[in-house]
Amino acid sequence: MERSMVQSTTTADVKNWITICPLDAIAPNTGVNALVGTQQVAIFRIGATDEVYATGNFDPFSKAFVMSRGILGDRQGILKVASPIYKQNFNLKTGACLDDATVTIPVYPARVVDGQVQVGTSCQVKQ
Amino acid sequence: MPSSKQTLIVVGNGMVGHRLLELMVAKGALEHWNLITFCEEPRVAYDRVHLSEYFVDKTAADLTLVTPGFYQDNGIRIYVGDRIVEIDRGQQRVKSANGVEIAYDRLVLATGSYPFVPPIKGNDATGTFVYRTIEDLDAIKAYAAQSQVGVVVGGGLLGLECANALKSLGLETHVVEFAPRLMPVQLDEAAGEVLKEKIEALEVQVHTSKATTDIVSDGGRLVSMQFADETSLQTDMIVFSAGIRPRDELARDCGLQLGDRGGIVIDDACQTSDPNIYAIGECALYQGRIFGLVAPGYHMAEVASDQLLEVAAAQQFVGADMSTKLKLLGVDVASFGDNFAKTTGAKELTVADTVAGTYKKLVVNADGDRLLGGILVGDAEAYGTLLQLMQNQIALPDNPLGLLLPAGDGAAALTMDNLPDTAQVCSCNNVTKGQLCEAIQADGITDLPTLKKCTTAGTGCGGCVPLVKDILKTELKKAGIEVKNHICEHFPYSRQELYHLLRVGEIRSFDALLAQYGSGYGCEVCKPTVASMLASSWNDYVLNTPHVGLQDTNDSFLANIQKDGTYSVIPRIPGGEITPERLIVLGQIAQEFDLYTKITGGQRVVLFGARVDQLPIIWQKLVAHGFESGHAYGKALRTVKSCVGSTWCRFGVQDSTSLAIEVELRYRGLRSPHKLKSAVSGCTRECAEAQGKDFGIIATENGWNLYVCGNGGMKPQHALLLATDLDKETLIKYLDRFLVFYIRTADKLERTSTWFNKLEGGLDYLKQVIIEDSLGIAHELEAQMQHHVDTYQCEWKTTIETPEKVQRFNHFVNTDAADPSLAYVQERGQKRPATEAERVVLNQSHDAMITPAQ
Repeated sequence: MERSMVQSTTTADVKNWITICPLDAIAPNTGVNALVGTQQVAIFRIGATDEVYATGNFDPFSKAFVMSRGILGDRQGILKVASPIYKQNFNLKTGACLDDATVTIPVYPARVVDGQVQVGTSCQVKQ
Repeated sequence: MPSSKQTLIVVGNGMVGHRLLELMVAKGALEHWNLITFCEEPRVAYDRVHLSEYFVDKTAADLTLVTPGFYQDNGIRIYVGDRIVEIDRGQQRVKSANGVEIAYDRLVLATGSYPFVPPIKGNDATGTFVYRTIEDLDAIKAYAAQSQVGVVVGGGLLGLECANALKSLGLETHVVEFAPRLMPVQLDEAAGEVLKEKIEALEVQVHTSKATTDIVSDGGRLVSMQFADETSLQTDMIVFSAGIRPRDELARDCGLQLGDRGGIVIDDACQTSDPNIYAIGECALYQGRIFGLVAPGYHMAEVASDQLLEVAAAQQFVGADMSTKLKLLGVDVASFGDNFAKTTGAKELTVADTVAGTYKKLVVNADGDRLLGGILVGDAEAYGTLLQLMQNQIALPDNPLGLLLPAGDGAAALTMDNLPDTAQVCSCNNVTKGQLCEAIQADGITDLPTLKKCTTAGTGCGGCVPLVKDILKTELKKAGIEVKNHICEHFPYSRQELYHLLRVGEIRSFDALLAQYGSGYGCEVCKPTVASMLASSWNDYVLNTPHVGLQDTNDSFLANIQKDGTYSVIPRIPGGEITPERLIVLGQIAQEFDLYTKITGGQRVVLFGARVDQLPIIWQKLVAHGFESGHAYGKALRTVKSCVGSTWCRFGVQDSTSLAIEVELRYRGLRSPHKLKSAVSGCTRECAEAQGKDFGIIATENGWNLYVCGNGGMKPQHALLLATDLDKETLIKYLDRFLVFYIRTADKLERTSTWFNKLEGGLDYLKQVIIEDSLGIAHELEAQMQHHVDTYQCEWKTTIETPEKVQRFNHFVNTDAADPSLAYVQERGQKRPATEAERVVLNQSHDAMITPAQ
């Protein structure tokens, strides 16, 4: 269980904004998975808006790369995604697991610029 | 480092040592204490109680008891793979094998026990093992690979557990017991005999009254064991499981008081003869007894943590009830209280059913009105009730034997109201009825999962869960709380109410329903529920934009997700009938994509291990060969199984296969509250097992009998005969009505059997609605089904014909690469997902994939 945890990236750490895909490529209230450098990053779109969030695609409970296929929603107003395998919920903004306080998945800054979804990274990644 | 904190060192990181640390943290110790622990084994605490599952389907990681980050996050220093070798009580210092020296304020010995190996000649030969740690199991597993026969020495609780492990490794398994019966501590002779018979029926040979005198090896390999009665037994390996001995050598070396036969003497506070040193678990000796079960060990951890933290009203250890209920090799065994009727004047009542292989004994007091103990073998369902009757000295009914009979009046003797608040309900985690009631009242808990989570009751062995559920029900009823059946926090309606609103208002999307009747964003509970209601009402394509984000995991990719994130593919094979040509196509596709292939219980073929990006390519081929979606991924009609019927079978009276195909094609794709299974049998021999299905049809000389609301699976239930000797038209009419009535009125994820069990009026009522149309809705129900039939489409055909839908199946949105984290190994000529250990070997651990690039 002692895995090297992947660190979240905060907006202040961002050295690069990586363009992932057009916003239209993400159906409202669903997620997609993107390869950013060597990492799998899940990107979620809230409703038909340009509000997007990014988390790691790795589900620490099932140990499979599947978070982007989870169902979006909220618990008491907290935006969350439910793992598609065993249904644990994760806060989209912080990555904290809402069902197990000891577990967190990484989160990354995400935004929409000119209709394109971008994810921020602290690494110097070539596009 | 100056610190005003005290230092506590816990020696040993087994189940009990770890529990102590958890309790210390939970009770707020971190503010005043530095916590340090030494773990001799190469891994942190794991669940030894379920150790044999390591051979079945559990990995070392599955067995761990430590939540990730527990030690790091709480700043607990843990020395893994190191052990204490010396305690200097004068200086209050300990020294480890690796040379670590630390001073302590308090020390807790949780060193556990070691397996006792009887002093038999040859007991250290190659091929002899003990059964305690994961390393022991690895060694057993490796050696078993080159062995045919395995013997367990010791027919106690752990020995039988170990026999189970050997059997699961495919060995011819024997158990050798010195005493004249199995589990001599827990069972009497008759009970031991019943258990022996049951176990021998599972092909584990039991040899009782056998004293081993010699273990014989030849050429470095073990060959046989000799017994005192001059018999012998050929074997390739031996596992000793003949009891435990306390690990007390550290205590002995530093002069703590020990028992005559070992064990560190402790008092009610779990303190040893040195007030700065405590001992808990299997190394501790309390009033001359070692407690070799986990529950007393956990209780000692509770006591020790209270004492260390000097809490007000600290708990005391007063010995422990060694009552036990377990499943050994699939056989229920329970033993509790005064199981051998040693109390003066005690009487025994026994019920032995030699046909079913059950033995039940109650020990009652001289007046016959109080329970003192008992033994159950073969069926231990009554254990929870009996234990409560005994522990709380509740008056027995006039005929106590009734407690032992199925559906006896045991429940009548034990009502939740006459159970005192002090009654211990969960013995694993020591939760009383009073604590449960308080949680229900004070925290307003109304559901079982929350109650379990908040109180930890029922989270150990799970044996008390039915009791916990009854207490919850009783308390809620007392408080006049109506148990809410709202589907979730986003909709203050039950599924049935919402279904009605959706149909009456002709609401066609989740967003519209949420706007009108709900709040928030929705969640993984209400979204799939509403998606199913929309589908069964309007039958739109489920991956259409407004619906796609609502679908449950499997529906959203039209396939069944597996543990590694890949999917299984199940095309429809109506009635289980398939031409050789189509069977070959399935084989070719499985070969082309290297898919693990298996036959399902529903007479279909399932192909496992398809990556999400492969699904549309696979389905393109399947659809081109005339296959269509099998809806195995949906809460929907799965299969209509059939026997071959009158066309081939010499007993068949009707053509069951043709009817099964017709029924399956009529209801294919029908979304419902839960999955629907069906079958058609061609005669009363019932080879298709229709009476275990949601709806089943059995041929008669005059037509068809219709059965409904049966179930296999978790809680088997026999289907009920709704109507007899129907012609096909009437049969279909009744089925249409029945299915839509169920779909409209059931709760979310409720199978027809549970739906029926809650239906007021039962079978008579159902007959009135379906056959006599007492609600006057038959026409409406039929019309809704006809709409479904008329608007059916194969979701996979629609998907592969829509390029933008196909695009969703790419693993990455920004590259065509496949998921690089997947890893497989070969087994019996096919692939299967690699275990974590195998992944390390394959060097394809996901770590490589999540390391940030620099």
